[in-house]
Amino acid sequence: MSAETATKQYTALYEEHQKLGASFTDFGGWQMPLKYQSELAEHHAVRQAAGLFDLSHMGEVWVTGPDAGKFLDYALVSRLSAVAVGKAKYSLICNEDGGIIDDLISYRRAEEKFLVVPNAGNAKAVAEALAERTGDFDVTVEDVTASISLVAVQGPNSVAILKQLVAAADHAVVTEMKYYAADEVHFTVSGAPLRLLLARTGYTGEDGFEIYVPNENAASLWSALLSAGKDFDLVPAGLAARDSLRLEAGMPLYGNELSLEVSPYDAGLGPIVALKKEGEFVGRAALEAQKERGSKRKLVGLKGLGRRAARSHYPVSKDGQTVGEVTSGQPSPTLGYPVALAYVDIEHIEPGTRLDVDLRGKPEPFEVVALPFYKRDK
Amino acid sequence: MSTVLSNLRYSEEHEWVDASSPVKVGLSQVATDALGDVVYIDLPEVGSTITAGETCGEVESTKSVSDIYAPVSGEITEVNQAAIDDPALLNSDPYGKGWLFTVNVSEEGPLLSAEDYSSKNGGELS
Repeated sequence: MSAETATKQYTALYEEHQKLGASFTDFGGWQMPLKYQSELAEHHAVRQAAGLFDLSHMGEVWVTGPDAGKFLDYALVSRLSAVAVGKAKYSLICNEDGGIIDDLISYRRAEEKFLVVPNAGNAKAVAEALAERTGDFDVTVEDVTASISLVAVQGPNSVAILKQLVAAADHAVVTEMKYYAADEVHFTVSGAPLRLLLARTGYTGEDGFEIYVPNENAASLWSALLSAGKDFDLVPAGLAARDSLRLEAGMPLYGNELSLEVSPYDAGLGPIVALKKEGEFVGRAALEAQKERGSKRKLVGLKGLGRRAARSHYPVSKDGQTVGEVTSGQPSPTLGYPVALAYVDIEHIEPGTRLDVDLRGKPEPFEVVALPFYKRDK
Repeated sequence: MSTVLSNLRYSEEHEWVDASSPVKVGLSQVATDALGDVVYIDLPEVGSTITAGETCGEVESTKSVSDIYAPVSGEITEVNQAAIDDPALLNSDPYGKGWLFTVNVSEEGPLLSAEDYSSKNGGELS
């Protein structure tokens, strides 16, 4: 992790994880649960029933003021001013060179109020970049990462579990909430009423929700969700399962697929870059040039034809020539074969192309496939 | 908490060796717990010779790949096909059904007692 994170950070749920017997891993300086029992069992639980995640390491940055929408149009690559109140948008924050500082979700909570959610390791960089970009915009940027916890319920039983804790009057809000929408909802947690921001978002490829909760209420919400979920086969799930779930869903992970050195166009995120939006935005000139030039390499999905999994940084070759590099890879628990994401030279990205991945000196056959690897039945 | 069986000896690289002849070899629970769910193992072939301290196979979990080091030198007499077919046995029963292979020992590598192994690597003696 970065040298700046000299001290370890703990989420408000650290003791809950200890009680559940979690093993921990460092992620962006945060001590996060890697798994509680078996990461495979946790993965399957999310696909078939439900999993409960602590995502409190994610950042939360409020952007408020009369220019909030216009400001985010300038600071991010998408047109956030066009997002309706109550909706969310996945976007990127780039530097002047078009390099990706982070991928993030922005929730429009009011006409003049957005909640921007960056990744754990980038929260500080994003908050700083946003603050630097305020210029003459009438807007305030406030990093509230340290006081907000984030808990996710993911999986087909998510709605049923949430209804156990959400006030009856708000049940319809939960059931009718669209993907990438958010609303404040009344919960009852250990007998006390609690109004929390509920979003139908996630990083698993399943239906699910993310709940933003003040640190002081995080542990009681976590426990209440675990007990409410008992009848719905909810299990606590760690970052290991989160990573295998997002990989099957073909979702990029910052640090693996995305970085300051990666062009959004190479990463398949070109449609997120709103070059047609009016006005200047940070990175526009570089991104226009990137688009004009076209990609030499693109992010593709690879399906293993053997049993061996490709791993991050393994070389990809065609007829003995290196044509790419793996960014993420592991055996897919759901599909039963190895899957990987890799940057591959543009000549070899057609689905069906046979490639090799160098597994510590041994070539292992893979095939280019369309993403995502896994898509849930709707 | 991982268990360390007191009737076995262990290599620095977390392989256990029992007292039978030929010896049976497996991975300690300290190792399999750290690896996470094992999804693939690559073992030496029956009849091949392994050398103590050198790699002789691989164990792959959902998250990582690790080498298997030969804890002893000698000829492989049997490999555990059940574990190859169902690598999860290394997690569920590392000292039983999750054994790896048997060896006709020509020479032992350095092996630790269960006490020394557990004091170095954690795990509960049993």
